[in-house]
Amino acid sequence: MMRFLLLFSRQGKLRLQKWFTPMSEREKKKIIRDMTTMVLARQPRSCNFLHWKDLKVIYKRYASLYFCLAIENQENELIALEVIHRYVELLDKYFGNVCELDIIFNFEKAYFILDEFLIGGEIQETSKQMVNRSIEASDMLQEDDISEWYEVELFG
Amino acid sequence: MPAPIRLRELIRTIRTARTQAEEREMIQKECAAIRSSFREEDNTYRCRNVAKLLYMHMLGYPAHFGQLECLKLIASQKFTDKRIGYLGAMLLLDERQDVHLLMTNCIKNDLNHSTQYVQGLALCTLGCMGSSEMCRDLAGEVEKLLKTSNSYLRKKAALCAVHVIRKVPELMEMFLPATKNLLSEKNHGVLHTSVVLLTEMCERSPDMLAHFRKNEKLVPQLVRILKNLIMSGYSPEHDVSGISDPFLQVRILRLLRILGKSDDDSSEAMNDILAQVATNTETSKNVGNAILYETVLTIMDIKSESGLRVLAINILGRFLLNNDKNIRYVALTSLLKTVQTDHNAVQRHRSTIVDCLKDLDVSIKRRAMELSFALVNGNNIRGMMKELLYFLDSCDPEFKADCASGVFLAAEKYAPSKRWHIDTIMRVLTTAGSYVRDDSVPNLIQLITNSVEMHAYTVQRLYKALLDDISQQPLVQVASWCIGEYGDLLVSGQCEEEEPIQVTEDEVLDVLEGLLVSNLSAAVTRGYSLTAIMKLSTRFSGVNRIKKVVSIYGSSIDVELQQRAVEYNALFKKYDHMRPALLERMPIMEKSASNGPTEIVQTNGETEPSVVDSKHPPPVSQPANQANDLLDLLGGNDVVPVIQTTVPTKPASAGGELLDLLGDLSLSGVPTPAPSVATSQPSFLLDGLSSQPLFNDIAAAAIPPMTAYNKNGLKIDFTFERANPNPNVAVITIHASNSTEADMTDFVFQAAVPKTFQLQLLSPSSNVVPALNQGTVTQVIRVLNPQKLRMRIKLTYTLKGSPVQDLAEVNNFPPQSWQ
Repeated sequence: MMRFLLLFSRQGKLRLQKWFTPMSEREKKKIIRDMTTMVLARQPRSCNFLHWKDLKVIYKRYASLYFCLAIENQENELIALEVIHRYVELLDKYFGNVCELDIIFNFEKAYFILDEFLIGGEIQETSKQMVNRSIEASDMLQEDDISEWYEVELFG
Repeated sequence: MPAPIRLRELIRTIRTARTQAEEREMIQKECAAIRSSFREEDNTYRCRNVAKLLYMHMLGYPAHFGQLECLKLIASQKFTDKRIGYLGAMLLLDERQDVHLLMTNCIKNDLNHSTQYVQGLALCTLGCMGSSEMCRDLAGEVEKLLKTSNSYLRKKAALCAVHVIRKVPELMEMFLPATKNLLSEKNHGVLHTSVVLLTEMCERSPDMLAHFRKNEKLVPQLVRILKNLIMSGYSPEHDVSGISDPFLQVRILRLLRILGKSDDDSSEAMNDILAQVATNTETSKNVGNAILYETVLTIMDIKSESGLRVLAINILGRFLLNNDKNIRYVALTSLLKTVQTDHNAVQRHRSTIVDCLKDLDVSIKRRAMELSFALVNGNNIRGMMKELLYFLDSCDPEFKADCASGVFLAAEKYAPSKRWHIDTIMRVLTTAGSYVRDDSVPNLIQLITNSVEMHAYTVQRLYKALLDDISQQPLVQVASWCIGEYGDLLVSGQCEEEEPIQVTEDEVLDVLEGLLVSNLSAAVTRGYSLTAIMKLSTRFSGVNRIKKVVSIYGSSIDVELQQRAVEYNALFKKYDHMRPALLERMPIMEKSASNGPTEIVQTNGETEPSVVDSKHPPPVSQPANQANDLLDLLGGNDVVPVIQTTVPTKPASAGGELLDLLGDLSLSGVPTPAPSVATSQPSFLLDGLSSQPLFNDIAAAAIPPMTAYNKNGLKIDFTFERANPNPNVAVITIHASNSTEADMTDFVFQAAVPKTFQLQLLSPSSNVVPALNQGTVTQVIRVLNPQKLRMRIKLTYTLKGSPVQDLAEVNNFPPQSWQ
């Protein structure tokens, strides 16, 4: 399973944090510090895999954001890279040419999208379209809050 | 009260802060506003406020006062509220806070909500942060949803079930019925999460695993699904770079791995599909390689046929040639795992692996280094070592220690010749000399000593290395030791292997003295140099210079050096006659056996802690013998069979007395730990390599041993020491051995000497001389005022039942015994 996913900027500012195992605030802060230090110190053309304690850390830089995913030792690193890429694609589709600012100002949406893609450190949906449709439907439900509930049929 | 500012407004404002302090001020102000808003139980803006709180939490500020508010949001009817509420719960709450249990009821209600997106929120939250209590309470609801036909909910329920099982493994059973037709779903989301659920169950319970193998026939189902994925045409919904749903493929391969492990039938059933995936998957992009990687892992783990295994390793070999670093890294890691089991197959890729040593990426280099060492064998040692040494030269410091150790180990195991071995070690010492482990110094010394024919070559090379660089301590230590030992070979220009260099005694002493004064030398190194200089006093002709150096260091601040110098000084002054013997060439040392003697001899003249730490012989003797007072040792009335001292490990005794030093040296096996210094060390050791106490071998000081009697299978040897402080007392130890097939019992040895002498006979070690030279009886005779010694001896014993008696005269005492 995946243990945590962090997004941070080139200056080490945290943009998103998703933890899949319970941890104290102090532990989380320490991990964030360790990850940012380790990842930001990497040479530009190194391989995307690191070892940290008993976990494998897969990181990839997209524009000004670093995506940092920690997986357990028996997991497949190469597919983890694909997981990161898939998440970026989902964000891109939703925001339209996503950039860091989108994630800063709409962080809660970034979480909603993530929660339609992963649950408990595992992938729940492998189809991009399905995830997008779920998010759109949920967004519509938010708008309808002003009036009333109604069911949204999902075709698929 | 004005409406609280919007989330985006807040974010914008905070981002304008120019300093940390400014930001903190803004945050505090907003938090205060939010707090008062919460106090007012404002429903309208609760969602907005919590969202802002979550943002501030991400910046690192405390947000715990929002926890209860999250719960209130979750309980709200509005979807927007629930969305933020659940998000807040996942970010701010965890199982450590009791407050989280309040969520349980809300989640339960929402799991039964009429809107699937609300149900989805509940499932997601439960699946991410549900505590064991929550899981226990809600497992039933999850199980219900696992059976629903709504694929949107089913997939979430499956992952929720996975989380429940992880938290409360006992609940696994209850999900079993629901898994029955999970794999007949068409929906990929459900398929994927189902495979994850099945994987979790199989990993956790061998019973489940067996059940799924046999009863459910899981393998054929999975094979079918995988086949469809590969064979089916382009599916836009799941396509990634031309591959259909790689995530699902990888998960299926992983489950197959678990099912096929240690199970022949299952492994056979998946053989074909694995071969198909391995050969047909497109490898131009990372996705394809991810699938291949998983396939390789599966092939290696199950009971696959050899053809398939070779295919897998070849895939890894191709990976090694891939431009993509990540793939090279993954290949090296996998090869490292398989190198033990499929050694020959991996060997075929050796040259590619060695090339990876030159990669720029640190992670790849490390893997390549580990793998290279695993691949070294007798056949490829020369080539491999060349590459590894080149790597050692150029690698980062973080690698050097491990690489050096690896090189030493490999050289030790597979060295094709002694010269090659020494050259290799020299190379390591000169290039990575400061990174080698501490124990390599004594190991190397031992190696050098044993390569007798290489002594001249070795000392010459080491000397030249010293001229270049004296900063690397292990190198300097080994070099000084060698120069001390073989300095004579150095100046006499005897080298055969290469052009002998011309060096004078003074030049050598200059170098060694240079080490003593240099700031670069560690304390240990200085000790080595001083001792080396001392040793050269017997090998070089010009002793005066050495005497001067030694006497100077007699007042050194460094206690260790001072002690050594004082003792060596004493050696010059009072015990000059012993000096040649004491400083003789070292004998060949046995590698650490369980026998102490040989190891301890290494301390002769040296007191390096690392060497002295070697084991002692089994201390059969009474520990009291360890006392530094020699008289005690000599006067011990009970001459116990093994009259060995257990050599104290302390490098030097506190007193600094030369005698103590010599006493410490006693090579166990010397019958009495007297100042008798081992001249006949070499023969002594080489003989005495057995685990027996070294009675039979004699180490007399300047007095050679002799055979006093040898008849009818009974042999009696005399060994001599000079007692101190009284030089007029000769201490003779008799060693009686029996080469017949039967023990000699009731053995009594009596001796008589002319009246001018005084004789004291101490108790024998035993009355039984064991047969077939299995042991000796010893007895100590002290003779006062020995002139030309003569002795009459009477022997009585019983052999095979019959008593035997014999008289003999011993005249062949060596002249030294009375001088």
